[in-house]
Amino acid sequence: MRVLVTGASSMIGRATVARLVRRGDDVRVLQRHPAGLDVEQILGSITDHDAVATACDGVEGVIHLAAKVGVTGEWGDYEAINVQGTALLVDAARRAGVGRFVHVSSPSVAHAGQALVGAGPDPADPSSTRGHYATSKALAEVATLAASTDDMPIVAIRPHLVWGLGDTQLVGRIVERARQGRLALVGSGAALIDTTYVDNAADALVAALDRAPRLGGRALVVSNGEPRTVAELVRRIVAAAAIDWTDRHVPTPLATGGGAIAERIWRRTGRTDDPPMTSFLAEQLSTAHWFDQRSTREALDWEPSVSLAAGFERLADSYRSSSPSS
Amino acid sequence: MVAAAGDIAASLPPTDLDGLDPSWSRLVPVPATDGVGRTWHLLDNQVADPQLTVLCVHGNPSWSYLYRDLIRQAPPGVRVIAVDQLDMGFSERSGTFRRLARRIDDLTELTDELDLTGPIVTVGHDWGGAISLGWALRHVDRLAGVVLMNTAVHQPEGSPAPGLIRIARSKPVLRNLTVRTPGFVAGALGLSWPPIRRSVRRGFHAPYRSADRREAIARFVADIPLEPDHPSAAPLDAIADGLDALADVPVLLVWGAQDKVFSDRYLHDLERRLPHADVHRYPSASHFVSEDVDAFGPILDWIGALDRTPTDASIDSTLVGRPTRLLDVSAWAGETVAIAGAGDEPDLSFSEYATRVDAVAAWLVEQGVEPGDRVALMIPPGAELAVALYAAWRIGAVIVLIDSGLGPRGMNAAMRVADPAHLLGIRRAVVASRALRWPGRRLSTDDMAAAIERLTGVAHDLPPLPTADDPAAVVFTSGATGPSKGVRYRHRQLEAQRDTLRRLYAITDDDRLVAAFAPFALYGPALGIASIVPDMDVAAPGTLTAAALGDAAVSVDATIVFASPAALVNVVATADQLSAAHRAAFERVRLVLSAGAPVRASLLRRVAGLFPNAAIRTPYGMTECLPVADISLVQLDALDDGDGHGDGDGDGVCVGVPVDGVEVAIRPLDDLGRPTGELVHEPRVVGEVVVRAAHMRDGYDRLWHTEHLASSPPGWHATGDVGHLDDAGRLWIGGRIGHVVATARGAVTPVRLEQLIETLDAVRAAAVVGVGPRGVQQLVAIVETVATTKRDGKRPRLADIALTDAVRRVAGDDIVAVLEVDALPVDRRHNSKIDRTRLADWAEAMLAGGRMRAP
Repeated sequence: MRVLVTGASSMIGRATVARLVRRGDDVRVLQRHPAGLDVEQILGSITDHDAVATACDGVEGVIHLAAKVGVTGEWGDYEAINVQGTALLVDAARRAGVGRFVHVSSPSVAHAGQALVGAGPDPADPSSTRGHYATSKALAEVATLAASTDDMPIVAIRPHLVWGLGDTQLVGRIVERARQGRLALVGSGAALIDTTYVDNAADALVAALDRAPRLGGRALVVSNGEPRTVAELVRRIVAAAAIDWTDRHVPTPLATGGGAIAERIWRRTGRTDDPPMTSFLAEQLSTAHWFDQRSTREALDWEPSVSLAAGFERLADSYRSSSPSS
Repeated sequence: MVAAAGDIAASLPPTDLDGLDPSWSRLVPVPATDGVGRTWHLLDNQVADPQLTVLCVHGNPSWSYLYRDLIRQAPPGVRVIAVDQLDMGFSERSGTFRRLARRIDDLTELTDELDLTGPIVTVGHDWGGAISLGWALRHVDRLAGVVLMNTAVHQPEGSPAPGLIRIARSKPVLRNLTVRTPGFVAGALGLSWPPIRRSVRRGFHAPYRSADRREAIARFVADIPLEPDHPSAAPLDAIADGLDALADVPVLLVWGAQDKVFSDRYLHDLERRLPHADVHRYPSASHFVSEDVDAFGPILDWIGALDRTPTDASIDSTLVGRPTRLLDVSAWAGETVAIAGAGDEPDLSFSEYATRVDAVAAWLVEQGVEPGDRVALMIPPGAELAVALYAAWRIGAVIVLIDSGLGPRGMNAAMRVADPAHLLGIRRAVVASRALRWPGRRLSTDDMAAAIERLTGVAHDLPPLPTADDPAAVVFTSGATGPSKGVRYRHRQLEAQRDTLRRLYAITDDDRLVAAFAPFALYGPALGIASIVPDMDVAAPGTLTAAALGDAAVSVDATIVFASPAALVNVVATADQLSAAHRAAFERVRLVLSAGAPVRASLLRRVAGLFPNAAIRTPYGMTECLPVADISLVQLDALDDGDGHGDGDGDGVCVGVPVDGVEVAIRPLDDLGRPTGELVHEPRVVGEVVVRAAHMRDGYDRLWHTEHLASSPPGWHATGDVGHLDDAGRLWIGGRIGHVVATARGAVTPVRLEQLIETLDAVRAAAVVGVGPRGVQQLVAIVETVATTKRDGKRPRLADIALTDAVRRVAGDDIVAVLEVDALPVDRRHNSKIDRTRLADWAEAMLAGGRMRAP
């Protein structure tokens, strides 16, 4: 199959491209900057009409990963990339006669604040989301699924907390913080959280591409289906990086309040990097987030191939081999 | 229609009331009423050609809104009509004072107008109960059933009217409370616990927003006939006196026990008038019982069971009138020891015992105890209890046994449910009962002792023995979770239990029994063998020492020892106290029974070391049916790994082969872990263990719905245990149905995983529970480690990585989290049954991100 992948330079994007290539698909990527991938590359922004049209020309399927991710920044940027960029891509794909479309979304489009315990894929609700990222992704998902047709079925996949080797987000930040002696758990650290090892997320996206004709208009949450406490996840990541760290805890209200202050400071000072804590992040780290995976696994006919335990072993191996002392 | 002056026309309720479907509302003019016609508002699901119509009448201050959930839950074919009485709710305000008799006429005129067809069940709450009964008595030929919730037809003798009613009735209060302000509506709703949520309170208030709409609230209160010359006194008396006419009509009494107005006293008054009534009493619910608990589901279950033909297979016509054989009075003769004295107390021979039982029976008659009366016995096991118990049975009284292990609160709750007419207890119990205002006349064992002195050797005229079918006992044991239930037994069922024990353990007249296990401590006289209760606190079995057990064995020259696992643990731990005489006595014991909770083979092996010539056996059963199965240590050792679990067959604990006379079946579980399948007898099917035996319980006391659910199918007892049969016909138990974890991969029983985790050296005890919605639950292990003690006071915590990994190695990666606590919560009596329900709620809160606190 000839497949266009956007956002291919991300961890999950690379893993997805690698899978498609390995099984013999003809892969093209749309990139703002060269990503060093050994596939056909169209350089350009997701907001550029011509680049998007060129990228869609002649492809049979699209996996749309490109997005602006973060907790700071202006709404206009999120809207331009996540909402309008997606609309542009869907439109171009339809014109180009693309036969299937996988839209990568986020579980945060349907939930805000409350603990999620065995939750199903509720419809995206832009009115209840928290933060520009979730709101823009919710708007994009609603519009995209509404645009699903028999000719171009669209399925939304919401992977939850993807991590893996070379992960600069979750793993990278925890390790960096631990090395600096600035790592603390929010609250008891006992909130159960679903995560997704990157290879499994990539497998799920490919499975969604294959089964899109039967899944048009549906949204599916993807995770490893092995919820773990935040404390265990953090301890295992820190242990994989061979850092000596003992649990420190920050009370939840303090973290939430501190996060809110940090957000305000960042906003006032116009910083574009993410603050060390935000109220959203504090909430994410102190309340349960795990999902009912039954319908996802049945719909995608997919199961995670890498268990969390195996994932942590791979992580430890990678730190061992990259560590300067070995 | 001509409306009288001062009227407010009937209207439809607001369309946005919580739980109310506007399509249910109808306005029905009844031209016959008051000569001018009156219009009713009522809720009606308008089922055409119904098999049954349920006619619901509210009380004061309420309206048909009370019945919204009954309508919502009504099954197909059932029409539900809930009326707003005239001048109430959204019905017409007539401007007249409608008293009880008038209101019954009103309702009759309405149902004539509605032209109802087919059988009718009435449901009434508060004063709607009396009005619905008045209507019912006029329509007995059409009645399929009568349901009453927290109501009254009579002010019970010798009791004042409820204080709240008297206050409301007083002139200065009445109008201010009921008409000028919505205080009466708010106050009535405020009696509920947990508090009724705001949107529902708004629903109840909706028709009473202005003073001119509330006039009838005051009139309803004023119509309560507290004085004999009150205009409504005679109509109410007529209803109360007419209830005999309902003798053939099924009746269900649903009661919130925390009602400050219609207290238990009114329930008991109705029970006396309607002795055939089914009763379900909710201990924590208040006046608006259906707001506090789901009472309508059970009411609909009751209505659904109305057309079921009685299938009580256990009723045997040969038993009718046959005297009980539980009291083997003819065998109570001679100088053989009946009750051996513990400590300094003298032995009691069977002839002395029989004389005492007779004397106490005569004394109880003197004290006004009548056949069928309930007598709560609050006497520690021993000679006194054995005499009091059989004396009460001798005269046909029903004994109420409340395990003191329940603690003051549990005992208090049990006394309120059982409502014994008499309490016979040691001085401490009598004092406590007075302080706690327990029901029943109080009799003390001091007076009993005096009566024995006085009445021994005097000829008595005793009533005939009760028959086999007469009620014998209500037994409250400490439930592992939740409030204790009263289990009712008839004489024939206790006879059958005694006979089953005799057969199963080949008990002969030559046996002599040490009874350190409360329920069986009572059977010595019924078995006709000598018995002794060792010096111990039976409510705290862990207090039994090896020396006390040794003394008892020497004293009675025991051949049989009954004890609970907790008692045996302590006996083994204190074995160094045993003298040569003790050990010699133990060598003459042929049978040791460990009953009451699951036991480890390792403990039994150590017990076997103390009783070298005894068979060590463990009966499996529950308060409702004991024994169900039985296994010996030899059989346990023959299982693959010798500890009664974990071999190829077993998921759980092997409890042996069902005993002769007990039928065991399995009700398979569905994906959500609910026992929903048809009963099977095949091996290797996991499900709820369902049993049937002649020695099974009769029912639950004042818990109709609980009994209904447990009697599925009728004549059986659903144990609530989950397990399976193996190819050899042995029964394996994997935990409680409520503890089954419904994961995405299917139902998981916790016991096997717990046993695997407990194989870890670092773990003293483990519990496995589920968190999350059923069907996607995740497994969580909660462990008590050997490194901590109960007094550590350390906060519960997440286990470290090493322990987490160790747990997953033995129990699997499906364990999402391992929590460490200082002590797992266990029930008080057995000190061994882990309260997994409580732990599951706790773990769910902790793992949702709640603040860490002790479970």
